[in-house]
Amino acid sequence: MSTDTSAVPFESVPGSQKPDAILVVDNVTRSFGGLTAVNVAHLEIPRHRITALIGPNGAGKTTLFNLLTGFDEPDTGKWKFNGLSLGGVAAHKVARRGMVRTFQLTKALSRMTILDNMRLGARDQRGESVWRGIIRPIWASQEQDITQKAEDLLERFNLAHMRDELAGSLSGGQRKLLEMARALMVEPEMVMLDEPMAGVNPALKQSLLQHIKVLRDEGRTVLFVEHDMDMVREISDWIIVMAQGEVIAEGTFEDVGSNSAVVDAYLGSHHDVDLGDHT
Amino acid sequence: MNWGLILSNSVYTAISANAIAYMLVATGLNVHFGYTGLLNFGQAGFAAIGAYSLSIPISRFNWPWPCAVLLVIVSAIGLALLLGFTTLRLRADYLAIVTIAVAEIIRLSLNSVRFTWLTGGNDGLQGFTSFMEKINPFPQQGIWLWKQKIDGYRLWLLVSGWVLLMVVATLVYLLMRSPWGRVLRSIREDEDAARSLGKNVFAYKLQSLMIGGAIGAIGGVWLVLDKQSSQPGDFATTFTFFSYTIIILGGVARVKGPVIGTMIFLFVIQLVDISLQQATKTTPSDPSPVLPTWLIDQNNYAQLRFMVAGFALAALVVFRPQGIFGDKREQAFDVH
Repeated sequence: MSTDTSAVPFESVPGSQKPDAILVVDNVTRSFGGLTAVNVAHLEIPRHRITALIGPNGAGKTTLFNLLTGFDEPDTGKWKFNGLSLGGVAAHKVARRGMVRTFQLTKALSRMTILDNMRLGARDQRGESVWRGIIRPIWASQEQDITQKAEDLLERFNLAHMRDELAGSLSGGQRKLLEMARALMVEPEMVMLDEPMAGVNPALKQSLLQHIKVLRDEGRTVLFVEHDMDMVREISDWIIVMAQGEVIAEGTFEDVGSNSAVVDAYLGSHHDVDLGDHT
Repeated sequence: MNWGLILSNSVYTAISANAIAYMLVATGLNVHFGYTGLLNFGQAGFAAIGAYSLSIPISRFNWPWPCAVLLVIVSAIGLALLLGFTTLRLRADYLAIVTIAVAEIIRLSLNSVRFTWLTGGNDGLQGFTSFMEKINPFPQQGIWLWKQKIDGYRLWLLVSGWVLLMVVATLVYLLMRSPWGRVLRSIREDEDAARSLGKNVFAYKLQSLMIGGAIGAIGGVWLVLDKQSSQPGDFATTFTFFSYTIIILGGVARVKGPVIGTMIFLFVIQLVDISLQQATKTTPSDPSPVLPTWLIDQNNYAQLRFMVAGFALAALVVFRPQGIFGDKREQAFDVH
């Protein structure tokens, strides 16, 4: 392989080993009736990198996301986040362990202000207990810190001028920004973004890309599902390709682009055969 | 037409102990539906549990009243836990189905001949209000609210009820402006989003169900204290639907909503009712009523009050869909 190990850090085979992987998945399967939506034998997500999860529609990307974050239960399998098993752990506990996701269909809390959307994300809030919530002095100072943090993040994501608007009034792209900013309020080690670019206009796309790169530069790990190949090429350090529930390839953008299994999955295995010749 | 009596009676109806009962029950429902988005169609069940947890121990077993009051809260929380553990993990509409069923089971059990020895069946229970009469500081003859007489016992229920209501409303206000209330509202908007941010949605829904249920139970207590009799018929599903009407009227997820909503709701119904009663009345000295008998008479005016109230409510929903205190902006984003 190449001598430049920083450019090609890991072996480009499905399920390849990564030193210090943040997430290790083993034998996770999930079927809906007769359809096997996810069947991942082994998968490791590298720490401190931006990893893209791509694949044709119905490849099982979002289902895998749901399984890993506790929003769905697998039929078999186990996975470890930071060395601790996450199998059967409730979704809210997964988030508290440091793995926070966003959704393909953005879940802005429409009838709450943008600032309240943000403040909700903060962890270990004293005022979130029913007894302590009644008495404001117990949580007022913490609330102030949370508000400050929320305002800083809103500033960074260019939403500060809308802080008191209801989140329902945001555009589709702004909702994606809000959801990402809100996830950061949880201070996650790993951010899982489900199609962050879907429905975002080109102007906003560039700024979203920058935000995702900053996440990595802050020392977080990013795993995202995306169909927009320009984006995948531009920001991914590593790419995992799924098709029909299985991981069929891994590698850099160039590796997977030239991988025949990937080309087959996207275009069909007979895409380069002129069927006319055979008639 | 005795307009003085009509008006003073309607005003009294809107602020009486009976109205306070509606306000409390609707406030509890507002915690469930308005703030948390829980579709509880069995709020009448919580009120019934509250009413009978007071009346059964006192009338049947001579419990001291503070113990009975404690039982009111404990049994409301028990019912909330029962409903919560069975349904809160399921989709929202299951809660609606189960709560309406449980409320009806409670009402029918209270009505059943099998339990008459305990609940008094259809006749209900009486004689549990003497503790309230004993601690009543007001003189028995009561006062006149313009042309409406209020006896001493009802005046005491009215005053103490408003104090209680203010305490409850203040607690709800404090809770809802806290981060705890923020989590509830996030669950109403999208519970998966709340979950993805590390919030234990199930625990919060259960707490909401318990708090709103306990408030509803206290409302049931005030209802039967006012009537001095607890009867199963008062806790039919219409009680729940009136409560929904009231909070939508006053403004969903507003602390003032249930209070103002109740006042308007009961005022309109009573005004129409007593006006029609006066307008169809015949006396030996004045045999011709105000309204012609071919249009309406004493025997059929009672149905009309709900029709008129229904029209008034429909007009309100058309012209002011957010309710009296609702936020117009919120109407723009119908989330579900």
